[in-house]
Formats: sequence, C-alpha cells, structure tokens
Amino acid sequence: MNPIIKRGHCWVLLGRDGKLIEDIDTDQIFHNAFLYITDLSEMGQHAFGNLEGWKDFPSRIKPGDFIVAGRNFGAGSSRQQAVDCFIALKVGAILAPSFSSIYFRNAVNSGLPVLRCLELDRLAAEHLLETGDEVEVDFFSGKARNLKKNLPLAVEPMSPVQREIYLAGGLFAFGRMKSETG
Amino acid sequence: MGKTVSEKILQNHSQDEVLPGKIVWLDIDILSARDFGGPNVVKNYEREYAGLPLADPARTFFTFDLCAPACTLRYADNQQLCRDFARKHGVRVFDVDSGIGTHVLMEEGLSRPNSVVVGTDSHMNILGAVGSFGQGMGDVDITFAFRTGRTWFEVPESVKVVVKGKLGPWAGAKDLTLFVLKELGTKKIALKSAEFYGPAVAGLSLAGRLTLCSMVTEMAGIIGFLPEISPSARDEIETFTQEPFSSVTADADAFYSETIEINLDGLAPQVAAPPSPANVRPLAEIRGLEINSGFIGSCTNGRTEDFAAAARLLRGRKIKKGVMLKVVPATRRVYEELLAKGILEDLFSAGAIVVNPGCGGCAEGHVGLTGRGEVQISTGNRNFPGKQGKGETYLAGPAVVAASCVLGKIASPEDL
Repeated sequence: MNPIIKRGHCWVLLGRDGKLIEDIDTDQIFHNAFLYITDLSEMGQHAFGNLEGWKDFPSRIKPGDFIVAGRNFGAGSSRQQAVDCFIALKVGAILAPSFSSIYFRNAVNSGLPVLRCLELDRLAAEHLLETGDEVEVDFFSGKARNLKKNLPLAVEPMSPVQREIYLAGGLFAFGRMKSETG
Repeated sequence: MGKTVSEKILQNHSQDEVLPGKIVWLDIDILSARDFGGPNVVKNYEREYAGLPLADPARTFFTFDLCAPACTLRYADNQQLCRDFARKHGVRVFDVDSGIGTHVLMEEGLSRPNSVVVGTDSHMNILGAVGSFGQGMGDVDITFAFRTGRTWFEVPESVKVVVKGKLGPWAGAKDLTLFVLKELGTKKIALKSAEFYGPAVAGLSLAGRLTLCSMVTEMAGIIGFLPEISPSARDEIETFTQEPFSSVTADADAFYSETIEINLDGLAPQVAAPPSPANVRPLAEIRGLEINSGFIGSCTNGRTEDFAAAARLLRGRKIKKGVMLKVVPATRRVYEELLAKGILEDLFSAGAIVVNPGCGGCAEGHVGLTGRGEVQISTGNRNFPGKQGKGETYLAGPAVVAASCVLGKIASPEDL
C-alpha cells in the first residue's frame, strides 16, 4: 500500500481554559441560518461562524492547513455544509480524538480526511502541539510527526472504506468505480 | 456468538457478516430527505446521476418539516426544487402541512420494526422507539442511497443500560431522559448502540419511548432500542403498521462492550441548562430563574400526551403576562387529536401561541427565535449556543415548561 503523506500547519482549537474544545456542534461550525446555501463557493465564509473565539477563521486559514479539535467534533445535525465549508476553504485534514458518527461519514463521503488521534488532548494541554506547528501525516499508516517540535504522533490509519473513498475522490466517484451507481 | 438488537436488524439487511467494528453494506428500506438537505440531495442527484432512475421511488420520500411553510424566498425555492424532482421521479412528498418527518414516517407505517430507515435528519435514530434502525445522514450519503438503495455502515458496538428504580410523582419521560443523559454524558455510549432495560423504561408510552430515543443523539450514541414494550405503546404502533407488533430482541449470549446501571431513586424533575443538553441539573437547583418564553413541541416532546400533560396544568390558568408560550404539534395527526380532545382549546385559552406542525421552536424555523438576553424553557432536545437565536435555552419536560410559563420562572408542576 502506497503511503499518502500530507503536511499542514495546524489550527489548534483551544477554549478559554486552554484545552481543546470538545463537542463542537454543527451549529457552531455552520449555523442553521445559512442552510439554504447549496453552492460550495458560498460556504467557506461561514465556517466556525458561531464558534466563540474563532469567527475570523475563514479569513485566516490557508489551503492545506490542518484543524485540530477536541473529542466529539461535529456533534448535532447531519448537515453536509458543516463538512463542505472546510472543503471550500481547502482544509487539508481534521484531527480530533473522536468525531460524531454522522459528521465522520459526511467527511469520508466528501473525501475530506478526518483522522482520529487519541493523544491530542494531552499534546494540546502540554503545548506539545500548537497553532502554527507543521505536522506530517501518512493517512494510510497513521504515522505522523510534529515537524516543528520534532515529536512523533499516533494517528489512527484510515479504514479500508475510508481509504477507497478518499482515493476515488468521494463517494460518488467511488460508486462509479464499483459500478454501484451505473 | 449471539447478536444484539442493532446487530440483528443490520444482519437482516446485509449480505456481509455483521460484527461490531466491521464496515458492511446495507440494503435500505425507507429513504427520505427533508427541506434542509433535500435540495442538496436534488442538486447532487442532477449533477451525478442525471437521467438515471432512483433505486425505488415507492420507498423514497421527501418530508418538509423545518421551514413550514417557507418563511424566506430561498427556502421556498429549495422546497419547490424538491417538489419538481419528486414529481419527475414519482416520489411522494409529505409537504409543509404534514409535520416532523420521522413522526410522519412512523404514523404512515413506513418506519416499521426491523427496518432500516435513513434521512437527512440527525434525529432519525428516534425511530429506535418503534424498533427501526433509523440513521441521519448527510446529503452525499442520501443522494447515493436514493440512487443505489444501499449505504456503507460501521457496525456499532452495543451497550446495555439498565435503568432501575422509579420516577417521583412530578417527573415524566423527559426527566428520565435528561437524567439518563446526565449519567451517560456524551462519552459513555458515544458511537455505540444502546439497549435500555428496566421497569421504568419498559413502562413508557410510545411518546415516552420517542422522548428517550430522540436524545440518544445528544448522548452521542448511534441509536437506542427499548426491547421491552408497554401494552399502550404496542397498541399505538400497531395502529400505524396495521400488523401485530413483533419486537426485535437480543440473543441471550449477545456481546455488550459495557453494562451501565442507572438508578432513578424517585427522580424529581430535571432541567438541562445552557450551554449543552448534557448539562443536566435537578430543577430544584435552578428553580426561580426568571424566564421570558416557553416552547412545547419538537420530535422529543411533540406527541398528544406531551400537550395533554401541559394542558392539565394550564386548564383554568393563564400564562404570566409578558411570557410567551409557543406550541408546535409534531404532526397533523397530533394536531387533530389535540383539537378532538379539547387540548388545543386549553392551551389557547391559557394564552399559548399554537402553530402548524413541524420542527419550529427547535430549528430556527417557522416560530421565530430567541433574542439576546431572552431566557427560554423548551421541551426540545438541544440548547447549544446560538441554535435557536441569541438567547439562553433550558431544556425540560412539558409539565415543567407549562408550570414555568404560568409562574414566569423555572418551576416544577408541584409549585402550582
């Protein structure tokens, strides 16, 4: 299996208490007031538009950057826009100790790399992973490294389905490859 | 090894061997999309599968429940887009007059025991209350399912939750649910399927089952099942499905990753304070907090029984001057029952605003939202910051909301 190695600068979503923000829900990621939006190009500007302290995120993030969040990221509704707004901003990957199940599926299906990493809470609390740090991850083996601080990181590798959908470029393309959809 | 309830239902819908942690392909019974997500499904479909037929139009539905009727031009356009697509493909639309999609699918007998039902509502898993494996999904998933009738799914581990003891005299299904949420938090059953047992759970009416199952989403669980069922709940489900109810039960040697015991111990009314549903406290701790508005409805507490509990307290009383109470029945069928039983009249006479069925009050939809500084007490299922406007939302059962609206402050029914 060929490695897929990506590098990105991290945005570590810390709350006022200096810890990773847990349970960030889809209304904080992409508020329901904007659910009428169906075009990808309009979605990026609303990312984290209702997350206290992070409302200027869309103007600061650069293509390829990684988001680092607390556990149960993407709680709440099933809205695809909460994933698509990050695709619009060309986010490289989202790392969190865990994701809500619907959010995780939506991201996998859209080809947005979502990766589980159990040690993030500790790394963030001990300042061993900070905003601006460049991280290198092999999506398939889970081997990762904080290049800035020269520290290893254990990321859960993508599951076979996640990998196949990611390589195909999303669920629709995957379905065509598998002749599921005609 | 034996199978849990969710493993059995999934196995009945898959050619793959169903084991916890494994990703399997499922054949779906009922596919749906609502007015949020639905327009995206239509656009995805037209882009990816233009000219190709749906897997099965007879098992595919649109349910408009969020902005009903549409309050802005963009929502109106979106709903019309879905209607046009539905007409072209021969798909039935439960339109803006129908009510909450999950409840409509249940009342229409489409969500049946041992079925797999998907839609763009994150509370689709509420259908665990009738023994359906309901799952909310995003618009990419639903588009793919509309075309193929299939979806990939990671089989969740199962957890057994045994609820012991009894509710106190002033507590109901919502108090039980909030207390279970307090005990389980958002971690203990995260990404797992839960089976709830114990006499207090087994005795729940269908409305009570729906209340508990709806908030499994707030517990971060995949779905919850109540394998034991009361005679009244069984009867009500049978009127919908028109066939004898048969519950899917777990094998005696089924594997559970954990068994959790919760003791109700004469539970008193509970309230979830901002900023999250799991922030549950005994009502006694925040009794007396002034409120500006109340809301009774949502998929969690929008059944006839919920409004009856409020009406019993409001009959012959008035909502405190300056306090606004919004009432939103779950479905048209519920609305009809409220009319026939005189419940609507009780609520109206007490000063409530009664509107047409739907998700309003929970979603920022057709009954407005809260302003900065406003304190709302709601029977909904979420109180995340900014969800229903800029005010603060407390979650409680319908009797607590009714009592609070009469007194103008957070109160238990016993305070009246």
